[in-house]
Amino acid sequence: MHGLVNRAIEKFVCDTYGMESWRNVVRKSAIGIDTFEAMLSYESIITSKLLTALSSYLDKPPGDILEDIGMYLVSHPNCEALRRLMRFGGETFEEFLYSLEDLSDRASLAVPDLLLPDIELIEETKGDYDLAITDSKVGFGYVLVGVLRAMADDYGALVFLEHKGHHKNSESLSVRLFDDGFSEGRSFQLTQAAGA
Amino acid sequence: MKIPNSLTGVFDKLLPMSLTIDRHGIFHHVGPTLHKLDQKRLISGRGFFDVFDVDRPRNIDAGPDLLAMHGRRIQLSLKHDKGIKLKGIVLIDPDGDGAVLNLSFGMNAIKAIGQFDLTSSDFAPNDLIIEMLYLVEAKSAAMEESRKLNIRLQGARMQAEEKASTDGLTGLKNRRAMDQALSEFISSEQPFALMHLDLDYFKAVNDTFGHAAGDHILHRVAEILVSATRKNDVVARIGGDEFVIILPDPPEKEKIEAFARRIIKKLEEPVQYKNHICRISASAGTAISLDYVEPNADQILSDADMALYASKHKGRATHTFYANNLRKRTEGLSVAT
Repeated sequence: MHGLVNRAIEKFVCDTYGMESWRNVVRKSAIGIDTFEAMLSYESIITSKLLTALSSYLDKPPGDILEDIGMYLVSHPNCEALRRLMRFGGETFEEFLYSLEDLSDRASLAVPDLLLPDIELIEETKGDYDLAITDSKVGFGYVLVGVLRAMADDYGALVFLEHKGHHKNSESLSVRLFDDGFSEGRSFQLTQAAGA
Repeated sequence: MKIPNSLTGVFDKLLPMSLTIDRHGIFHHVGPTLHKLDQKRLISGRGFFDVFDVDRPRNIDAGPDLLAMHGRRIQLSLKHDKGIKLKGIVLIDPDGDGAVLNLSFGMNAIKAIGQFDLTSSDFAPNDLIIEMLYLVEAKSAAMEESRKLNIRLQGARMQAEEKASTDGLTGLKNRRAMDQALSEFISSEQPFALMHLDLDYFKAVNDTFGHAAGDHILHRVAEILVSATRKNDVVARIGGDEFVIILPDPPEKEKIEAFARRIIKKLEEPVQYKNHICRISASAGTAISLDYVEPNADQILSDADMALYASKHKGRATHTFYANNLRKRTEGLSVAT
């Protein structure tokens, strides 16, 4: 598993629950690593152990935790860089939804060895989408639900999101877009302010 | 060149950074994104050269010069803001009435976009500039992570080196390991002799034949010292051409003296490095822990050093035992190495 994934979990726990919690989770998971390097690679089993330990430490189902991680990744001030990269996806939430089909290409442009699953967006009826995720490590869909929830706020869109479960290596999400301009959302400038 | 009214919308959408001029360089139509660069001055009716300077090619400062650039690239800057550079192409109207220029930001696109608060709707939908901005940000973020990793690895490396006990070049023990061994001998009250050995003429080899030759010599010295010593002796390189040998349970002085002479003789054998014959020698000084009521590492090291300098003073290539009277005799003397 790419270090970025483990590092994201680590930052999520530290920023949300504090360092002490992170130390507890690490101890509980018995992975023998207390901090991750974003640019190195780790065995997949480490990520699973970490999530299992986190789930039992927080007494929360893994799906909910993954969703929280997704929200954290694009809404926490410490993750502003990622939020900005996501906003490059489009000017409206709908454009952003379609840009998810390029997500794995976009990710590997930035970090060549970061492999994300393929995503396909199918508009079933107007404003009603089905997001099909293939070649997914189980759990990616839950993270995506969190990301979409936070990005909808960012764009000021009103949406209803639902994880419809997984089948073999595929997951499916339902996205209902009620109003693309429900609230003002957060502003986005193409270039970062100097010194930011 | 005049764009038909029905087409200005198409122009503005597809080429939002285009402008048209008549043959005198007066604007007919200016694309909406260019308007944003300076709304006050870029108005139809004003002249191209009131707003832009042509940086390349040089000496283009009137309408006809510009029209003569048909089909070629030009580089511009804003007259009132030389930091904003634009590049573009000039195409003349086949009917001979002026020209159209399509412009874009060059390498300073990011600066311009920030300065004029441009958004993706200011660019043609097929313009790759948004992807470029994305890439710049994504790559910078990834680069920053890698940079941090490098700094951490560098720190870890330095820490590891600090903890290391081996001299990287010769494989002998380093100063740190020697200090440690010395204090262990002292605290366990195990008697020992400490010989400080300094190469003579080593600097000359380094200066004449280069550092690679010097390194070669140091390897050779390490080999000689290791093969001349016993398993429990400590052999360390504690500086550029300085070595310390600690001999636990020291033999009689005569044997130590013979040992030192043997080493020095061996070190004096010429060494071939590439086409050069390198010659060095060594001076040595020894202090023996049994000569002290309360042996102390700093004192013993300093005394062995004193004895070494006495050897240097005697004309190098010799060995001296530390004795109380040495201090007085060598005081104020300095010996070039």
